[in-house]
Amino acid sequence: MGEVIVVTSGKGGVGKTTTSANIGTGLASNGHKVVLVDTDIGLRNLDVVLGLENRIVYDLVDVTSGNCRLKQALIKDKRFPNLFLLPAAQTKDKTAVNPEQMKTLADELKAEFDYAIIDCPAGIEQGFRNAIAGADRAVVVCTPEVSAVRDADRIIGLLEAAELRNPKLIINRLRPDMVKRGDMMDISDILDILAIELIGVVPEDESIVVSTNRGEPAVMDMGSKAGEAYRRITKRIEGEDIPLMNLDVPVGIMDRLKRLIGLR
Amino acid sequence: MLEFISRMLGRESASSKTVAKERLRLVLVHDRASISPAMLNKLREDLVKVISNYMEIDEAALEFNLCQDDREVALVANIPVVKMKRDYATKGLAE
Repeated sequence: MGEVIVVTSGKGGVGKTTTSANIGTGLASNGHKVVLVDTDIGLRNLDVVLGLENRIVYDLVDVTSGNCRLKQALIKDKRFPNLFLLPAAQTKDKTAVNPEQMKTLADELKAEFDYAIIDCPAGIEQGFRNAIAGADRAVVVCTPEVSAVRDADRIIGLLEAAELRNPKLIINRLRPDMVKRGDMMDISDILDILAIELIGVVPEDESIVVSTNRGEPAVMDMGSKAGEAYRRITKRIEGEDIPLMNLDVPVGIMDRLKRLIGLR
Repeated sequence: MLEFISRMLGRESASSKTVAKERLRLVLVHDRASISPAMLNKLREDLVKVISNYMEIDEAALEFNLCQDDREVALVANIPVVKMKRDYATKGLAE
């Protein structure tokens, strides 16, 4: 019996899809049988992030409405034979699926896969309710910005109201240099406010743009810092106890000078 | 320029992260409270119960609100007292 994990955030653009793609790919590269489900109906993107956009025939709505069987809609990944994508429909809207259908689908996926990762759309309306309907666990993605933290707080409240207890937090796009200057909230500031358990911190990293350009999740790039962060998150999801990666920035010469003459 | 000098002297005005955190703290008090009016109602009932142990209050005229200005969030209650309860006063003396 597998596990269904929903990746959500409230606010758009904080990295839900990138996170879903990387966690899914990471779990698959560790040998698990994984399916990634894009529930952002009308605005599908998980397919392009994974580089699978040319292979789509059927989609999520075809499966839930009985137009095709689940197996027909699943797209096998190019790199891992044990990784699959269930793409969102692009020409319909969120009301084309309801939470009941998503629960049924989740049960079907759990029977077949070790992990089903659900990529949730932004917002708190039906798309969100669909995405969380069949989930066993939730991961909340948040960037160190006032707007993202506020929305994450709202989402955590809604998850608990839906009986999805103990959601885990991923802090995404952290810039250690800005944290050091006091111009960005630090990990402890955000944890202080949201009061949930942290499952990983992903530094801002240009390699994410490059990997999305190519359609190859950064988690496979051994030289990528964000990729390393996602590899650690993957292991934590599997239940391993892994320390946070070291995000310290080298101290600049001006900083050292200031400290030397007692200005800092 | 002044800011630059104070920066050089290490007397930075509040860093922007401190501002962010403080603003978030305030906005979330309100957000979290507005998520459940039921909680606010429950609190009002509990408060009335406790106060009624000590004094008789005019429940109909009771005002109970979460107020926010840009510096703080406050729970403001205006509770008209009809009369004090004598039995509490005697109990209080006995102790």
